[in-house]
Amino acid sequence: MAREDYISIRNTSKHFGSVKAVDDITFNIQQGEFFSLLGASGCGKTTLLRMLAGFEQPTLGNIYIDGQPQAGVPPHLRPVNMVFQSYAIFPHLNVHKNIAYGMRKSGLSKAEVDKQVDEMLELIKLPGYGKRGAHQLSGGQRQRIALARALIKRPKVLLLDEPLGALDKKLREQMQLELRALQRDVGITFVFVTHDQEEAMTMSDRIAVMSMGKVLQIDSPTTLYEIPRVKEVADFIGTINFFEGEVKGKEGKATVVETEGLGKVFSTASGDSAPTSGKISVALRPEKFNISFQQPNVQNNVVEGVLQAAAYLGDRSHYYVKINGREAPVAVASQNAQRQMQAVEADNKQKVWLTWDEDSVLLLQS
Amino acid sequence: MSDTVSKAGSDERGVQAPQVIESKHEGHSWTGEAPLFIYAVWYLAFLYIPVLFLPLFSFNDSIYVAFPLKGFTLQWYADMLENPALLHALENSVKVGAGVAIASTFLGIFAAKAMTRYRLPGKGPLTSFIMLPLVVPGIILGIALLVISNTIGVDLSLYTIGLAHTLVAVPFAMLVLMSRLEGFDKSLEEASLDLGENAFQTFLRVTLPLAWPGILASTLLTFTISFDEFILAFFLAGNEVTLPIYIWSQLRFPNRLPMVLSLGACILVASFFIVTFSEVIRRRGVGTQSGAAI
Repeated sequence: MAREDYISIRNTSKHFGSVKAVDDITFNIQQGEFFSLLGASGCGKTTLLRMLAGFEQPTLGNIYIDGQPQAGVPPHLRPVNMVFQSYAIFPHLNVHKNIAYGMRKSGLSKAEVDKQVDEMLELIKLPGYGKRGAHQLSGGQRQRIALARALIKRPKVLLLDEPLGALDKKLREQMQLELRALQRDVGITFVFVTHDQEEAMTMSDRIAVMSMGKVLQIDSPTTLYEIPRVKEVADFIGTINFFEGEVKGKEGKATVVETEGLGKVFSTASGDSAPTSGKISVALRPEKFNISFQQPNVQNNVVEGVLQAAAYLGDRSHYYVKINGREAPVAVASQNAQRQMQAVEADNKQKVWLTWDEDSVLLLQS
Repeated sequence: MSDTVSKAGSDERGVQAPQVIESKHEGHSWTGEAPLFIYAVWYLAFLYIPVLFLPLFSFNDSIYVAFPLKGFTLQWYADMLENPALLHALENSVKVGAGVAIASTFLGIFAAKAMTRYRLPGKGPLTSFIMLPLVVPGIILGIALLVISNTIGVDLSLYTIGLAHTLVAVPFAMLVLMSRLEGFDKSLEEASLDLGENAFQTFLRVTLPLAWPGILASTLLTFTISFDEFILAFFLAGNEVTLPIYIWSQLRFPNRLPMVLSLGACILVASFFIVTFSEVIRRRGVGTQSGAAI
């Protein structure tokens, strides 16, 4: 039975002098989950991870792992293991000894430990590397060995501190998929820290978006992307267009907002929990706009503009459309579903029309 | 580690990269550097030629240290080896040196670890405070320690010399060890803790193996410092004397002078090798300290 509160962080804060690196955070992580802490540098995600590992003690609050309070428990006695950002492979030991390092107190015979090390090497796809020296390894190999070294101890929780940051793009993408598959295989709860939102989206079951020591939202990648609860989350994950406006009321199922640039906008995205009055930000993702070079035959949810800039990315194109009443151009992303041999002229004169679904219009408090 | 290799020189857009400025040595040999080179040679000559007189005259067949040279002899070296007082002083110096080396390195390593690994309040002032013995003139330090020993009623002996030497050696030990520990990936020790070893076991399994060149260097350096030290030893010696004190006491006997020179030459050579060896060891493996991705 997967515990919902396998890891429970309750009212936890960490202060460094007057700086609140982590500010009163409370949430749970489910057993077997791939959970990511996502945020820009300095948001507190690494501090939070280190508190889970035991390298920092919370100034306030408590952390529980599998029901056990962790206050005052030093790192070497916790049921967690960590993969460090720098991998921290011991330079004076070979690969085999590195992986076997934490097994000294396991009570197993040397033969048994050796067997498990070999199994680990198979798992991380580096069979036979046991005798290699630490300085003979590439970045990707070190990363996997750091992983094996932690996993061999069968921890309840594996903590990963931006482990893919130092790898090049192709390798990173490959490792993301491998890590995800590995986590599914082994079934251990992963807590993963990253500043790369694409990385978090690819691998996680749920993501906690953090900023300035606080947690802004915890949801699955899809929910975070499609239903961000605050402006900051919407802006952090992917690209988004904001239009300031004021709620005018309801019309049927839709909330009506008078916005800068788009005029009267209908939104069915929030359903019944939509506000009925006051200032609000209307947000639309670039891919939720349809761009057309002919005037479409619709009354609502349409706006005319001129094409300010266009970028051809191969599989999709980005357009920047200048509309009246708004200074910044609207960012629009469009799949190149059909072959397009001619580049589009972005001369600030080409007229285009944008249409969208009422369901895609997000309403966010500032 | 390089993730993407960027193309130097002109790229696809036809933009030329700026020309690399040619080294001014190419094709011009030493011309640009000649004055500096000459200066360096003179500097070293000025520093070391007086010292080199020592071995020179230790082989000279005359009790007078003057030119012209009389002839080659090993007589003074023989005299040196047959002198019981000298040999006893040598023994004392070695004993004190060894004690100082061990004590100061021991203290130094914990100080270095505290400085490089922990968030200590007042780290800067604390470092300066530990370094103070280096700046205080030896005579002042010697007199002060003498006064203290008299006040608390401690007899002067090799131990008082050892303590005084440790005082001036600890800063050196700490510096050498700090430089070694600083180049060390901090997460290596954290990784060890994370994997189940406590602080002491981590020290034995990770810190020590990686720091031992520094420890060895520190031991050799502090030994040499103690062995060569005169002023403090002079003030704080009881009945037992160290080698520098013995040498000094022999200077008033002119016919003993060449023997003293031969002793000096031996010490010179020994110190030179010890310090060089210590430096080589200290630098060895500096490149393999970090556990991070290259």
